[in-house]
Order: sequence, then structure tokens, then C-alpha cells
Amino acid sequence: MIVATALDLRPDIRAADIGNSIKAGTTGLLSAIDAVKAGSARNVLLCASDSRVGKAGSSQEQTCGDGAAALLIGDGEAIATLEGSYSLAYDFVDYWRTQGERYDHSWEDRWIRDEGYSRFIPEAISGLLNKCGLQVSDFAKIVYPAIYPREYAAIGKKLGAVESQIEEPIFSAVGDTGTAYPLMMLVAALEQAKPGDKIIVASYGNGSEALYFQVTDALKTPGDRRGIEKHLASKKELGSYTKYAGFREVLSVDIGRRSEDIGDTKLSALWRERRMVLGMCGSKCKRCGTPQYPAQIICAKPGCGAVGEMESYRFSDKKGTLFTYSGDNLAPSPSPPTIYGVVEFEGGGRSILDITDADLDSMEVGMPVEMTFRIRYHDIPGSIYGYLWKATPGRG
Amino acid sequence: MAEGIKDRVAIIGMGCTRFGEQWDKGADELMVESFTEAIEDAGIEKKDLDAVWFGTSYEEVNVGKTAIPISVTLKLPFIPATRVENWCATGSEALRGACYAVAAGAYDVCLALGVEKLKDVGYGGLPQPETQWGTRQRLVEPNKTAPGTFAMMATRYFSQYKLGPEEGKTMLAHVSAKSHANGARHPKAHLRRAVTVEQIMNAPIIAWPLGLFDCCGVSDGSAAAIVVRADMAKDFRPDPVYVKALQISASSGEEMLYTEWDWTHIEATGLAAQRAYDETGIKNPRDEVSMAEVHDCFSITEAVTMEDLQFSPRGRVKDDVMGGRFNLDGAQPVQPDGGLKCFGHPVGASGLRMIYEMYKQLQGKAGDRQLKDPRIGLTHNMGGIPSVNIVSVVIVGL
Repeated sequence: MIVATALDLRPDIRAADIGNSIKAGTTGLLSAIDAVKAGSARNVLLCASDSRVGKAGSSQEQTCGDGAAALLIGDGEAIATLEGSYSLAYDFVDYWRTQGERYDHSWEDRWIRDEGYSRFIPEAISGLLNKCGLQVSDFAKIVYPAIYPREYAAIGKKLGAVESQIEEPIFSAVGDTGTAYPLMMLVAALEQAKPGDKIIVASYGNGSEALYFQVTDALKTPGDRRGIEKHLASKKELGSYTKYAGFREVLSVDIGRRSEDIGDTKLSALWRERRMVLGMCGSKCKRCGTPQYPAQIICAKPGCGAVGEMESYRFSDKKGTLFTYSGDNLAPSPSPPTIYGVVEFEGGGRSILDITDADLDSMEVGMPVEMTFRIRYHDIPGSIYGYLWKATPGRG
Repeated sequence: MAEGIKDRVAIIGMGCTRFGEQWDKGADELMVESFTEAIEDAGIEKKDLDAVWFGTSYEEVNVGKTAIPISVTLKLPFIPATRVENWCATGSEALRGACYAVAAGAYDVCLALGVEKLKDVGYGGLPQPETQWGTRQRLVEPNKTAPGTFAMMATRYFSQYKLGPEEGKTMLAHVSAKSHANGARHPKAHLRRAVTVEQIMNAPIIAWPLGLFDCCGVSDGSAAAIVVRADMAKDFRPDPVYVKALQISASSGEEMLYTEWDWTHIEATGLAAQRAYDETGIKNPRDEVSMAEVHDCFSITEAVTMEDLQFSPRGRVKDDVMGGRFNLDGAQPVQPDGGLKCFGHPVGASGLRMIYEMYKQLQGKAGDRQLKDPRIGLTHNMGGIPSVNIVSVVIVGL
């Protein structure tokens, strides 16, 4: 639900959380497509996101990654259409954790690899091919998770695919991103696809789901999507694993007593102000047109001062420029300095915002920034994570 | 038509503790110390007081709410007591309450006392700000601190006036070096060591571009003033100090919310100062104000305040700073006691501590910091951050 609020979506848009299996991404995609096909929804936004933290020393620590992909499914012109699918569901307990546990347990890796991963994916893809009456050779790309690199290639070979048909995995760049993984690979495949291509995307986890997409001519229309390629091209090195482990609270990093003195989160106030806090909606004066954040009742523009003539105005989708900034070594942070600055928004309005994914040395007054939805704080005694929109240097 | 308070109220006694990390003292010891000095200086007794204004800001790490802490600590005889809080302007706000009550004719003799026991916070700097801006703002508050927000003013000032980092930092270093030279001469200052511009420039960065010596100290302290009707002041002492103006300006929010404010000046300082000058009858502050204690929470704050107070032309404070205008031997000494820089900033006490220095200077009792024949002293506090704040400007004189 937090995604719906962050995107400032109307509350009467149906929202659902799907989880509990790393094939939830494709399950969600199939459900979304079904809803559109059935006519119960015109457009469905599917967002698959995972933040996977492995226990220190475990193989998951090495292989898991964080990532997200979002697809818009609708009844209008599409860049790809779903032509068939095949789902397999097995109660295959490879990784598990019970309530209150932070990290997964796992059974023997060789068993997971040989009895699960190497069997379910080919089984689902073969099932799809049989169901649709198609051959592997009919497809331009076949994408599936590369959790075990050697078996990854073996699966393709077993299916009779040639190397060019197996999508270059993003595994080595971002790791096993769980729920988001197959959809991220689909996005990567679409970035390289040509109109007329057929693509299979398969997931893994408690079975497998294989989906067959037909790429259409609409793919030619260039969008301003950043996708996988541009995100990876604009990546920033974190510098040290310790920093990552601190961010993910795997490593308990001492950031000082100041960090413990952040106060509690008033959930009733957060609910009241949810559009402002999570949706980054300020107000715009209907009389003088001045956008303001946080939202005001009385217009702040000198000489205007209109009372109660505000309309909601969203800043999260506006570009901004950095008016001034600092790198603060006193503010509590697992990665000092804490950088923040004054952002002036295109179209008006300004606010002091945290600036994330930035290097102090490469910052300058006037640089472009964009908004990104992030964790702002962890209220440990209240067990609440506070989220906010932050600014980040434009990723190009 | 309001007449203002010029020359209607006089200060007849003041007290000020040593400021510093007073691990062995609580707020009560500090209050008793400044109060005792103030009433002895005024030559009055507790029973002569009509009413009390008590300033303290961080009650949660300090004395708690209300004026009970002062009435009980000082064993005040059930007289009116009011606690005020206006962040860094708290001490000046306490003085304002006392002065305006006397000017209104409601009382003859009032006490204004400010205290802050900051060194029970448990970490360096002021308490973390998230919860201090109210429930609503807390939800959208970035992870910021006081040095960082003022550092943003420095970044912008450097950018707007085309000062390279080295050039800008050099200017700021001169601001702090001057204050350290003065503070070294004050027995009640927290930081009593002169430092060189080079030491300041090479200090660790607290919030870019501000380094350690661009930031004021964090201290415990208390200061107090006894004010009376001006026409009775000479019954108490031959050299009372008269209040010429005591103005407050609180942000309307336009700096924070509207895009035209430039982050290189403090809107409320300019407005509070102009009102105080009008009330006092000052036409040319650069020539007419003999000395000032301003809110140098950070070196950049003092620098832009010189412009906001019209001591220096807009964008040109560097010439005056580098030229020594504000040094103890300069044409217009600023921070003759060392400022927040050397006294530190026990929030509720700072405004009254500044008045204490003006009072002693005007009486010719400032020891080896004594200025030659000062006539008009100005104090300035600013609570908040550059984009939203509350500012006090007090003018006192003979």
C-alpha cells in the first residue's frame, strides 16, 4: 500500500500485496493480465521489488541482490502482449524462515540446484511450448533466473536454445533479486528486442511460471524510461561492503547517541499527512499559482496570502535544481557526511531535502536533481521505518 | 498610537555565570549564581521583585516546563513568574517580557533570568532537531542539524558573491579568530584560547564548508537582569543602562516556502533591526551603534548579520571583516566578550549574556576588553534556521 501512497494514487484504485514466494513477481503479472483480459481493470501497475538480505557468511549473502521492476498492463496499445503462460506450483522448501526470523534457512544447495532450479524452469518452459504448440527456435529470447550460473547455461542447452537466445543475465550485475528478478530480466530483454520478437520469461521459486510475450511495433516508440540499461550505466559504487551491511542493519553500526534521539513516529499524524509525507504533495495557491511544500492553508507568497484556496500539488514527479547544500558530519548517519540541500522545483516551490546517492565533492550549486522515495529513519523503539522523498543527483 | 519602550525601562543589576561544561552544576546552581550576582549588583532583595520572566529552551533535557523551576529554586515569594521560550531568542524574550511589563506600568521591579543546562544531552551539539519542529514538520524533516543548515547559507553566500571555497573560508576564519581573541580575555568565557586563522582553516569539517572553529561552543550557563522603571533607576545606582528598543521578528514562512529569498541574509534580522533603529532613532547603524553582541552560532551567521544590521553593505562584509572593523580595536567592535563562539550557547541564557557584556561595557567595567566610550550597544539573537526563524534585536545605551 505504501507504493500506492508514494505514487499519490487514488484510494479507489485496487491495490494488493503479493508475496511469500520469489515467483510472486510473475504470479502478480499473470493476475494483472487476467484482470485486464477479464475486463475488471483497464490498467494495472505491477511493481515487483525485493530487498534480500543474506546472513553473514551464507551463500545468500553473496548471491542475493536488491532490485525492482514495474510494468504497466493495460488494454491499449502495448509494447508486448502475453500470448500464453504455464504455471507450476510445488511446495518445494528450499529456503524458508518462520515468523520473527530475519534470515533464511536453506536445505542442501546441490539438492535445490538439481531437484528444484534445474527441473522446474525447463518443466515450465516445456509446458508452455507444448501448450502453445511452439518450438524454442520460435523465440528470440528466453529469460530465466541465473541463480546457479553453470546450470543456467545447462537449462538453455537442455531446452535446445542457442546461446544468443539466452538473455545475458543481469545476475552478475545485481545478483538474485528474488521476486523482481524475472521482471527485471524481462525489461532488459525488451530493451534489446525488435518488433516481432517472441520472448519467454520464466520465474523460479516454489515451482516456476513461464510467460510468452509477443513484441509489437509499439516498441519502436522511444520512451524516457531508464529501465535496466540506463540504471546500470548510471550506477554508483558504494565503496565498501561494511557500508552496505550497515545500511541493511546486518551490521550493528554505532552512529552515536544522537541517532537514538530522533523521537517517535506519530502514526495518527502520519495518516493525516500521508499525501504530504509519502506522496510529497504540497499545495498550490489557486489565486497566485505558487506551489508550496509542505502544504499550507494560507498562501506564503508575499502579497497574496489567500486563505483556504489551495489545491494539492505533487512535487515527487518534478525535476529540481540545487540552490544550496551542505555535507553534515554531525547529523547521525551510517555513511557520513549526511548531505542535504535546498531544492528548487521546476514550476516553483522549494524545500530542504535529504540528498542521497551523492558525493559531496561532486556537488555544486545549480546542479539538477530528481526525487526518489527512500527510507528516512528507523524508529527503533517504535519499530517503525519512516519513508520520505529525497533528492538525488540526476542519473542521466 | 503605540509609543514604544525607549528610555522607559532601565537595567540596574545583572549577573552571569561562567559559561562552560559545568558537569558539577545543574540548572539550579546556575540560576542561583546569576540571580545572586544580579540582585547584589542592583542592591535589592528578593522581596523587592514584582514579577519574574524565566527563559529556558530545552526543557526536556533541562528543568522541565513552566516557571516552577525558577520560583522553587529561588524560593520566590509567590510572585508572578512566567516561563518563555523562543528558541535561541529565549533569553532576550525573557528580558522583553520583563521590560514590556515595566514599560506598561504594571510593575516597578522585574527579573529576567535565562538558564540552560545543555551538557546533560549526552552527545555533542544541540539536541537532535526532529522532534522540535512539531509533529507535522517532524514527518518531513530531513536529517539535518544546526551546523548543516547554516552551512547551506555559507555555500550559497560563497556562490552568490563568487567567493571560492578558500576565499570564503578565509573570511569566516577571520570572524572566528576575532571572537577567540576577545573570548581569551573574558574570565567567564567557555573557550579562552586565541586561535590563528591558519588553525581555523585547517580544523576538521563539521558541515561543509564550516569547520570546528566556525561553530560556537555548547555550554551550560545562566544570566539575569533586574529591570526597573527608568525614572527610579538612579535611586538604585548612578550608572543604570537604559533600554532603547527591544524588537522581535518571527518568520512568516515566505523564506522557507517562497522561492525568492536568497539564503544569504536573514529576513527577520533586517526587519527586527530596522524596527529597533526606528524606535531608538538611529539613522546610520554603521556609525551610530558603538558595539554589538550578535548571534554567531556559526561564523557565517555573524557575517551575514553584519549586513542585515546595516553595519556592512550587502555582499561586502568581507572587506570589513578582513579590515578588522569588528575587532576589539576596530571602528565597530562586535562580540567584545567572545560571542557565542567562546561563551558557547546555553540557549535560554545567551540573550541575557550578551546584554551583560553591553551593560558592563557601558558602565566601563569590562576589564581589559573595555571599549573607549561606548554609547549604544546592540544585541541580536536568532532562533531557528536561516529559512525560518525568530530574531530579537535589543538596543541599550546610556
